[in-house]
Amino acid sequence: MKSLVKFMAIGLLGAGALAAQAQTPAAAPAAAPARIAAATPAATPTPAQIRLWATTCMTCHGSQGRAQPGMPSLAGMNRDDHIRQMMDFKTGSRPATIMHHIARGFNEEQIAAIAGYFAALPR
Amino acid sequence: MKRRQFVQTLSAASAIGTVGLLSGCATGTAGAGAAHVVVVGAGYGGATAAKYTRLFSEGKVRVTLIEPNPKFISCPISNLVIGSLKNMDFLTHSYDRLQQNHGVRLVRDSVTSIDAARRTVRLAGGSEIGYDRLIVSPGIDFMWEGLPGMASAEAKARMLHAWKAGEQTLALRRQLEAMPDGGVYAINIPAVPYRCPPGPYERACLVANYFRKAKPRSKVIIFDANAEIQSKRGLFTRVFEQQYKDIIEYRPGHLLTDVHAASNAMRFEVQDEFRPAVANVLPSMRAGDLALRAGLANINNRWCEVNFQTFESTVAPHIHVLGDAIQGSPGMPKSAHMANQHGKVSAMAVVSLLQGQPVPQLPIIANTCYSFVNDTDAMHVSSVHRWDAERRTLLTVPGSGGVSVAPNALEGHYALGWARNIWADTLG
Repeated sequence: MKSLVKFMAIGLLGAGALAAQAQTPAAAPAAAPARIAAATPAATPTPAQIRLWATTCMTCHGSQGRAQPGMPSLAGMNRDDHIRQMMDFKTGSRPATIMHHIARGFNEEQIAAIAGYFAALPR
Repeated sequence: MKRRQFVQTLSAASAIGTVGLLSGCATGTAGAGAAHVVVVGAGYGGATAAKYTRLFSEGKVRVTLIEPNPKFISCPISNLVIGSLKNMDFLTHSYDRLQQNHGVRLVRDSVTSIDAARRTVRLAGGSEIGYDRLIVSPGIDFMWEGLPGMASAEAKARMLHAWKAGEQTLALRRQLEAMPDGGVYAINIPAVPYRCPPGPYERACLVANYFRKAKPRSKVIIFDANAEIQSKRGLFTRVFEQQYKDIIEYRPGHLLTDVHAASNAMRFEVQDEFRPAVANVLPSMRAGDLALRAGLANINNRWCEVNFQTFESTVAPHIHVLGDAIQGSPGMPKSAHMANQHGKVSAMAVVSLLQGQPVPQLPIIANTCYSFVNDTDAMHVSSVHRWDAERRTLLTVPGSGGVSVAPNALEGHYALGWARNIWADTLG
């Protein structure tokens, strides 16, 4: 019974935290990626797939594309600029310490999809 | 109270949480709102998975994160503490924002067992928590059985690993500070795979960097069980020669077979014992204890095999395993950056599965590891890993990845930027 009381306390705390969460705006971009995904042909990346690719970048460039000091933010970046920079990293025409290594891991379609995702995020 | 009654009551308690969620969530549906994910272990893998499960589900999946430590202490950058360049405060971060910003429920406890059939975990504190999907990020534990002389608590307190950031990080720094000038610091490196492939070589550089400033007659010796340097080989070779020629000695092919703690002796397969002033002992490593206890470590009872599209265990349905504990795909290092990326792929898979939606079929994850070599200069190794449908694993993308041309101050700046960002992405 002791453990039950403990659990109940945790549960109530959890409910409070969730209520607090619900009051904050949903993470941008609010979407129902998976719902759209179901109707999309397999060859086209689903919104959930694109969002997952974009989170790869967020380890260094910030959750939701808003970086901490020391790295550039990607949120709200112009899509075409983003694509061009990544393609320049791929070819080596833009100098880099590391981004040429990372950019070469993604093809042009993947880069375009990721750039589109970040362009839609608020700065 | 009988267990069955308890579980029923537990479900009722869970429902309270669900009501709390749905009342404020206009787009929620009862079915999706009921889903509950339990994450065990709040290191880089687990904390990221917890946060991103909340984000990817738009707050509809409840997440409980179970972690015994009150604070997050980063292994990456911890060599800078050992080398007297940073303090523990720099590595130490709160878990509070996971709860405040993302509604992750934090439980400070340890999981003692997993009941996969009933989908519950039991906590050291005695309670039991049910889950729909379980994410286990147990980190590594040491194979002490390979070093009989390390069995006692006294030996463990004297011959430190400092390979889990925390008390030992500071204790090793104090040993180096207390060491008289002219002493030798020795570190052994176990056979691969081990956590953080470049870490031991970085540590050797930063200890040598400290010695040059504070104890200029002192030496560093690296005893590597492997035949050669395991990460950034060309770069570390040059740094040893160009920056630490008279301080660091690198000895490959030296497998540590035992120690004698009372005399600080390290014993190897190939030479007489060695007695440094400070012995930094890295035992062989395996998946964390919980993974073994729960039967998840199906590769040689050492590492956990997963499906890389979901990070679901290949032996335990509904249980996903992340981070250093898994059997990596070809070329995948055991790193914080990888664990963070595992956390995202698993979170997306878990949310998709719970919501009855297709799991994204083409995960692409990247790795970056920076190593400092002195006060200012760092160098990186990076790679990108993409799902290969034919071989059903993650493979490095041809042409991607690589290492720095040379250690430099710009990358030292980026290395600290990397740290601040991965901490925020994982915990904030």
